[in-house]
Amino acid sequence: MRGPPVAKPLVLAGLACALACGLFLTLGARGDWGFVLAFRGQKLAALLVVATSVAWSTIVFQTVTGNRILTPSIMGFDALYLLIQTALVFTLGGVGFAALGQRLQFGIETALMLGAALALFAALLRRSDDLGRLVLTGIVFGILFRSLSSLLNRLIDPSEFAVVQAASFARFNAVNTDLLWIAAATTTVCVALLARRSARLDVIALGRETAIGLGVDHDREARRAMALVAVLVSVSTALVGPVVFFGLLVSALAHAAAGTWRHAVLLPLAALISATVLVGSQTIFERVLALETSVAVVIEGLGGLVFLALVLKGAAR
Amino acid sequence: MIETQSLCVSLGGAQVVHDIDLTVERGRLTALVGPNGAGKSTLLAALGRLVPPAAGAIRVDGTEIGRIPSPDLARRLAILRQNAVIAPRLSVADLVGFGRYPHSGGRLTAQDHDIVRDCLADLDLTDLAGRYLDTVSGGQRQRALIAMTLAQTPDALLLDEPLNNLDLSHVRRVMAVARARAETGAAVAVVLHDLTVAARHADHIVALKSGRVFASGPPEEVVTPEILSALYDTPLEVHDIAGKRVVLTV
Amino acid sequence: MTSTPAALCGLLALSLVSLAVGVGTLSADAEGLWLVAISRAPRTAAALLTGAGLAVAGVIMQMLARNRFVEPATAGTGQAAGLGLVAITLLAPAAALWLKMAGATAAALIGTAGFLALVRRLPPEAPLLVPLTGIVYGGILGAATTFLAFERDLMQYIDIWMNGEFSGVMLGRYEFLWISGALTALAFAYARRFTIAGMGEEASTGLGLDYRRIMALGLAIVSIVTAVTVVTVGLVPFVGLVVPNIVSRMRGDNLAATLPLVALSGAGLVLACDILGRVLRYPFEVPVGTILGVLGAAVFLWLLHARPARG
Repeated sequence: MRGPPVAKPLVLAGLACALACGLFLTLGARGDWGFVLAFRGQKLAALLVVATSVAWSTIVFQTVTGNRILTPSIMGFDALYLLIQTALVFTLGGVGFAALGQRLQFGIETALMLGAALALFAALLRRSDDLGRLVLTGIVFGILFRSLSSLLNRLIDPSEFAVVQAASFARFNAVNTDLLWIAAATTTVCVALLARRSARLDVIALGRETAIGLGVDHDREARRAMALVAVLVSVSTALVGPVVFFGLLVSALAHAAAGTWRHAVLLPLAALISATVLVGSQTIFERVLALETSVAVVIEGLGGLVFLALVLKGAAR
Repeated sequence: MIETQSLCVSLGGAQVVHDIDLTVERGRLTALVGPNGAGKSTLLAALGRLVPPAAGAIRVDGTEIGRIPSPDLARRLAILRQNAVIAPRLSVADLVGFGRYPHSGGRLTAQDHDIVRDCLADLDLTDLAGRYLDTVSGGQRQRALIAMTLAQTPDALLLDEPLNNLDLSHVRRVMAVARARAETGAAVAVVLHDLTVAARHADHIVALKSGRVFASGPPEEVVTPEILSALYDTPLEVHDIAGKRVVLTV
Repeated sequence: MTSTPAALCGLLALSLVSLAVGVGTLSADAEGLWLVAISRAPRTAAALLTGAGLAVAGVIMQMLARNRFVEPATAGTGQAAGLGLVAITLLAPAAALWLKMAGATAAALIGTAGFLALVRRLPPEAPLLVPLTGIVYGGILGAATTFLAFERDLMQYIDIWMNGEFSGVMLGRYEFLWISGALTALAFAYARRFTIAGMGEEASTGLGLDYRRIMALGLAIVSIVTAVTVVTVGLVPFVGLVVPNIVSRMRGDNLAATLPLVALSGAGLVLACDILGRVLRYPFEVPVGTILGVLGAAVFLWLLHARPARG
């Protein structure tokens, strides 16, 4: 089914990704290899889960909304997840929240996220006459969610500045490994469900009317796809915190490299590119440049530049 | 009043007005006509010092236009551009009041208020004076912009397609006001696309084609089937109805 | 204009409340007076000056960008000021406050000019791309600031600069804000010219206005007010957006008539939010920037989707 021209970027991206992973595992390692590999392997697995969920959620979201500058994170999904998290702590109290245990917390948060994201998405897209207004609304919702989170944080623990601070940027080097396996399993399920739909996503990419004309129940498919997107965003945000422009960076690169709209190629390619960028820059910053915490900041800055370039080039029109 | 000499104007790197000599005289209504892309709006913008000449000269009462201080020029010359967009949320009366800015620096005197009131009345806007621009129709906004230009009480009045969006009664009204300004001694230049209106109201017509003067003279000389058909590259008829020239497409 | 006196009265009442509310208890003796003089009064003045300055800076920026959804705190001016501040702090950690202020102002000027240049390239038929570009542009500058600060362990300062708060204001620590106050007053003298600038370059030229000069003046006022605010109390978001938009819906944009109301409302909004921050989690304080983040974003969303004002 895959002809040579589309296989080539996949193979190249696969090789690049493997190289990045190899370097991440081995570069600068000292002492007991068994320990190093186990420790780094766990981190690597977490990064791969995050990379995949960001890439897939972004591409699917863009397909359903029919544009290339909107992403779930730009629409404030990550910030929404954090708000839900903070609101749970606020209502249950710190002790009550802790008593739930990490997995149950994650489960509840994801469920709430699913409902909130679908409601928000439906309300927004129903009146999406103007893409500029939609994007701006999403971004301002993101600001609102972040501000509400930090307000709640202040109310929960007025002397604690670190909570607010930690929430404002993703930390790729401080992955929450306790949630790793449940997150990996969730991502795998979502990926499998979306992969089965890749042909239908191709049709949805043609637009609502065309899709209906071709016999696809567009609204139902779009809802399902958005539900999966919400779950994927929950996974990545729970693991590393919010990203805003990383997904956009990945989708822009993937669209440029793939040269096709077919999701059977686009989705795996985006995941590979996402993993390469994430693992590669983590390797470079942590091992080569010995800069500790700024990978997310750099990636976000680059993603922001891509966004501006897309807007100025007129992709938003 | 305004005089050009071998005027060339470029827009975005491309020269769109070539080697034009023309005079916009006092006491006369000059109409600029011609097909789309002939350079009418660009020429008018150059006459109104909004676009600098690429070559040649523009003189206002004998002085090079670029040498006249901008506030000074704004008291003598007013230009209305096509599709002018006013972003601030102003009332119609506020907008027209800004036409007095070159004279009063914004602090309106009793005389300024009289002028604003007259200009509002001239354009049939008295009842709309307190309305905000974003709540009036396109034609009403166009009239407000014309009134603002008139409120500058200029010696040279330049209007680019002022009749856009206007209904028939206001077309007549605007042309009558423009004529009245010409008759009281102002130099008036108007870009028009309706040739019948031009023939009816203008004293002097300049026809432009591809950025050059194709024909110029009084309406009787320019509004003829031969000249207009060649100007627009399409057959046009000119009829005399009750002593007035009417231009028809076939 | 009946609401300008009303706003003035409201502001006086708020100021009295502000003098009375806080952790220390007021008494009519020397100690009470000392508390008012050293802390409460400066804090109240700081909130008023910040609010008035940012609201006026916001409306000027909207005229310069010809777009009603931009403001210094969300379109890169504040973030650029922060970047300049971090840069100066890194280059010359012992620099005097006025030098830091100058660095922040210079960066804010460059950052805002950059934003306006960027915005000119956007298609005029899609006005909402302008605030969008501004937010992302500010985000990129913020990312650059965070990058520098992260590596050099300045994050706690970033937190202070990027989230406005008046709890640290005391006599001797806020006086730079009077510069912002003076510039706000200067803006009143140029109110008509800023409105004309908002009509665009051609209309301005047509009315005999030196468009470049008024742009430069506006740019300077916006940048200095924002930089002074960031250095003294930190970034306060959305004042410059919310206040001018609401005043515009009520009274239009003829700044000669509305600028006093804009300044008074901005001062009142910031002071009210500061008082709210003092009582919300008493005896702890919630920063005014956090409260305005929530309030401002909510109002912004309403403005985005509300029907255009009638009348």
